[in-house]
Amino acid sequence: MADAKQPNRPLSPHLTIYRPQMTSISSIFVRITGNALLVSTLLLIWWFLAASTSASAFASANYVITSWFGDAVMVLSLWALWYHTLGGLRHLIWDTGRGLELEAAERMGWVMIIGSLVLTAVTIFCF
Amino acid sequence: MPFLTDRKRANGMGSAKTGTAQFWGMTISSVALLVLVPGFIFTVGPMIGENHETVTDYFSRPFPALVALLTFIVGLVHFKNGVTVLIEDYVQGLACKIWIIVMTCVSYAAIATAIFAIARIAL
Repeated sequence: MADAKQPNRPLSPHLTIYRPQMTSISSIFVRITGNALLVSTLLLIWWFLAASTSASAFASANYVITSWFGDAVMVLSLWALWYHTLGGLRHLIWDTGRGLELEAAERMGWVMIIGSLVLTAVTIFCF
Repeated sequence: MPFLTDRKRANGMGSAKTGTAQFWGMTISSVALLVLVPGFIFTVGPMIGENHETVTDYFSRPFPALVALLTFIVGLVHFKNGVTVLIEDYVQGLACKIWIIVMTCVSYAAIATAIFAIARIAL
C-alpha cells in the first residue's frame, strides 16, 4: 500500500493568499448555492408530505412556507436554483472544451450573476 | 511494500486513480436537471400558498406529479454526489466518513419521503 504520510514537497498556496477573482467567486457560489438548496428541498418535501396527510397538517406546513421566514427561504432558494442551474450549464460548456479562455469564463460568470437575478425576478413576476 | 519502488506503485494509475464515474454521473444528472428544474419551478412554484384542495387536485394530475417526483429524485441523487465532494474537500479522517454517511442517508430518506408523499396525493 501507498504511504499515508504527508508528502515532503511544496504544496500549492490556498484560498487565503489569492485576491478574489470573477472566476473563483462565481465558482464558489455554485458550490454554496447547490448545497444550501437542501434547506428548501426538505421544506418542500415536508409541505408535500403534509399535503398528503391531512388538512390540518397542510395548514401548519403552509403557514411556515408562506410566513416571512418561508418567503425569505423560498426567494433566496429560487435565486440559488437559477444561479446553480446556470453554473451547471457553464460546467457543461466547459466540459466540451469551449469557453475556457479567461475572458470567456469571466463573461459567463457575469451571465450567471445577471441572468440568475433576471430569471428570479421574471419567475416572481409570473406568479 | 519494500519490494515495490515508488515509480512502480504510481505507474499507470493516473493522478487520481478513480473519479471519472462520479464525474459522468454528475454530468448525466445535471443535463437531466437542466430540463427538470425549470419545469419544477413553473409547476410547483405557483402552488405555494394555494389552499389544500387546489394543491392535492393539481398534483393528482400526471404531469405535475411526475415533474415534482423526478426533480426530487434526480436532484437529491445529484445533491448526494455533490455534497460528498464538498465533505471530502473540507473534512478529514473519521469525521469525513461520518458526514458522508449521514448526508447520504438524509438524501435517500428525503427521496423516499418525496415518493411516498407525492404518490399518496396522486393516487
